[in-house]
Amino acid sequence: MRTRLRAVAGGLALALLLAACGEAADESAGPDEPEPTEDETGPDDMSPPEDLPDQVTITLVTHDSFDVEEEVLARFSTETGINVDIVPGGDAGSTVNQAILTRDAPLGDVLFGVDNTFLSRALDEEIFVPYESPALAGVDPQFLLDDQHRVTPVDFGDVCLNYDRAWFEENDVEVPDDLQDLTDEAYTGLLTVMNPATSSPGLAFLLASVERFGEDGYLDFWEALADNDVLVTDGWSEAYYDEFSATGDGERPLVVSYASSPPAEVYFADPPPDEPPTGVIEASCFRQVEFAGILQGTEHEAEARLLVDFLLSEAFQETLPLTMFVFPVVEDTPLPEVFEQHAVVPDEPLQLDPEEIGAGREEWIDAWTRTVLR
Amino acid sequence: MLVPAAFLLVFFVLPVGTILLTGLRPEGRLDLAAVPAVLSDPVTLRVAWFTLWQAAASTVLTLLVGLPGAYVLARLSFRGRSALRAAITVPFVLPTVVVGSAFLALLGPRSPLNALLGGVLGEAAPTLDLRRTVTAILLAHVFFNYAVVVRTVGGLWSHLDPRLEEAARTLGASRWATFREVSWPLVRPAVAAAAAIVFLFTFTSFGVVLILGGPGRATLEVEIYRATVQLLDLPLASVLALLQLAAVTAALLVYGRLQKRATAQPLRSAATTARPPRTRGERAFLAVNLLVVAGLLLAPLLVLVERSLATGDGYGLDHYAALFGTQRSTVLAVAPFEAIRNSVLYGLAATSVALVVGGCAAVAASRPGRSGRLLDRALMLPLGTSAATVGFGFLLALARPPLDLRGSRLLIPAAQALIATPFVVRTLLPVLRSIDQRLRDAAATLGAAPRRVWREIDLPIVGRAVLAAAGFSFAIAVGEFGATVFLARGQTPTMPVAIFRLLGRPGVTNFGQAMAMSTILMLVTASAIALLDRLRVGQVGRF
Repeated sequence: MRTRLRAVAGGLALALLLAACGEAADESAGPDEPEPTEDETGPDDMSPPEDLPDQVTITLVTHDSFDVEEEVLARFSTETGINVDIVPGGDAGSTVNQAILTRDAPLGDVLFGVDNTFLSRALDEEIFVPYESPALAGVDPQFLLDDQHRVTPVDFGDVCLNYDRAWFEENDVEVPDDLQDLTDEAYTGLLTVMNPATSSPGLAFLLASVERFGEDGYLDFWEALADNDVLVTDGWSEAYYDEFSATGDGERPLVVSYASSPPAEVYFADPPPDEPPTGVIEASCFRQVEFAGILQGTEHEAEARLLVDFLLSEAFQETLPLTMFVFPVVEDTPLPEVFEQHAVVPDEPLQLDPEEIGAGREEWIDAWTRTVLR
Repeated sequence: MLVPAAFLLVFFVLPVGTILLTGLRPEGRLDLAAVPAVLSDPVTLRVAWFTLWQAAASTVLTLLVGLPGAYVLARLSFRGRSALRAAITVPFVLPTVVVGSAFLALLGPRSPLNALLGGVLGEAAPTLDLRRTVTAILLAHVFFNYAVVVRTVGGLWSHLDPRLEEAARTLGASRWATFREVSWPLVRPAVAAAAAIVFLFTFTSFGVVLILGGPGRATLEVEIYRATVQLLDLPLASVLALLQLAAVTAALLVYGRLQKRATAQPLRSAATTARPPRTRGERAFLAVNLLVVAGLLLAPLLVLVERSLATGDGYGLDHYAALFGTQRSTVLAVAPFEAIRNSVLYGLAATSVALVVGGCAAVAASRPGRSGRLLDRALMLPLGTSAATVGFGFLLALARPPLDLRGSRLLIPAAQALIATPFVVRTLLPVLRSIDQRLRDAAATLGAAPRRVWREIDLPIVGRAVLAAAGFSFAIAVGEFGATVFLARGQTPTMPVAIFRLLGRPGVTNFGQAMAMSTILMLVTASAIALLDRLRVGQVGRF
């Protein structure tokens, strides 16, 4: 029985090859074979069966970390008759660049995830259609970074240094409370950062240093950090899981991460501890605001507007902390308990004007690379 | 000939050509000013040199370690052989970021090796720390590409008639002379093929270099990614991509010179060529190879399994339970079954495409004539092309009528097949070329139509190699990340994409679940390959 099964399975595999290549083998004999079409992989038979003809499907282009509760999204679809297809395009920078390159034939109708570090590039390339959502009334005006409303703020978060509480207690070292402290001898070999050329928190931390020390001073700071044995990784997960002492096998008690990491450590622990194992250094925090925009060339502008409104609706805003670990931009949105207890929202985060970032970003990254890596 | 040519044209030449031209015509006119500027930049030269020498070193090292392994797995029969053969293919499917993490643990100051040194030498023991060294890159490249050598070379080796070697031995030749004069010339084309693939893979190394080499080291691939994805500097990206393509083309030309046409030879069924080790020397040889596999390949995999089982206070299945348990139902909180199903479906589709395209190309290339050989080389170019170039090229070129495939699920198997096809060709071609043309001629003389000759002569002989190629293609497709992540839809992630997302979040259980998902990915792949390896095809057992 078993051998027969094998023979059948093997035969199937070979039949496939035989069928296709029979043509190819004969082709050398006679030139009048019909040309194969490029669509040789068969029909697209995996499309979802729930595609109803009277419903419109629009596409949300976004970064890999975008998330939404299924139930909330389903409610939007039921209420509006609009299905949403989500197409992730890598990290935030990559998603924006793809949108710029494909603007003649856009990959979707709405883009979510352009943040203040890439905003000016997206605006300069004019990939968005202006839309002033009525829901903006509830948004804290500090997040409205484009007065023409080509983009709509959806969430914000802070990139901050995280520290290993246990390590600092056991070793009786004071937690640094200013970026300048990090160049001190007491912190030699303790810090892990990410390459700003390949990591978005890495870029945010570089921008934090530019804001804190100015364009004339930030390279001196980085030179001192390099002398103080700073460790650079290329991505957040290697830094956080492989080098940070609080969350992995690592040996370094200071790492660039997010202000929302401590509540995440509590929320994703089993059983949840009373206190997070990590803390946030407020003076290191750089504010990131994420925006959505309607892509030029969309054929569903009306539906796209409804989707933008949805991103500002309470139903979506209040799930932001636990789906994407960021904060809602609509004022008075209730926060989940774990955020109420453990999240830090710095009063005065470091901030830079998007246009200033746009003008300086590449040059700062280049100079950083020469100073720290080479 | 037409099927593979059309496939290559639509899914490689068109997208890559489009993105390169976009970069070289920034204002709509051809502007080559960027070319000399980039090429004379010392940074470019340093990166190009590093890319070249680490790839050459990786290739030599992988061959040194892999060829004995290929011999052992092809010619010696021992318990656990098929399980081992499946296990060595597993590295292919694991996301680099997961493997990189395991290597960092194994090469760091708290590795088992350092514990051993400390135990033996006490205080005086040196602490080895190989993290962020070229050594780490080379070791990881051997880890990832060992299976390329074993499977590509072993595929031919297992069919060689042992009586040739036995005859040489009977006539008084030493073991070494027998290998040099008899076996080596017969397997040389397969060795050249394996070397070419390993070289192309390591030449375009991305994740391994990023994670294990540290940020100071870059290959051309890394620079192309930065220029395309981060800086949106397409002129720079295009020049670098052209430089990489030129180097790859040169490597393929050298490879073409090295690879003399295989001599037609009597092939035997793989089942009859393997035998248990007989002499003490053979047993020792086997043991040494198994040790290498255990140390280099299985150790990193075991680290992942260990991590997937580690809970705060001991070991348990908690992370697996969490993975399969009821999570908050968000769009990206992937149900594992769904990710597995997506991976398997895409993998099967890509394997079918690769088998058809690669199979036809191999048949065309095995016949006399230049065009077949050219096609064979051209199909290897995608291996040497940056994933960012191909990914962005897909988005640019395949988004307009008549080829408007935006958001189409066809793109994923197409991109995966692009990488898997060369393996199918490389596995089938040496076997096809070894078939004695006189057999075909005899059949034709006796009145068989071309189709019948192919079915009766070629197919039974290559059947096993087809299955081996299918297993390998499947592994490549399942593990593919670079292009899939560009093209996959949010709601239908594959396993590597799901792992990547879990790893992108802080929290103990997310890391544990990523490790659990990686372990499942290993098991799924190993089972699929073991199953394919065990299949027997029609006549193959008997000729």
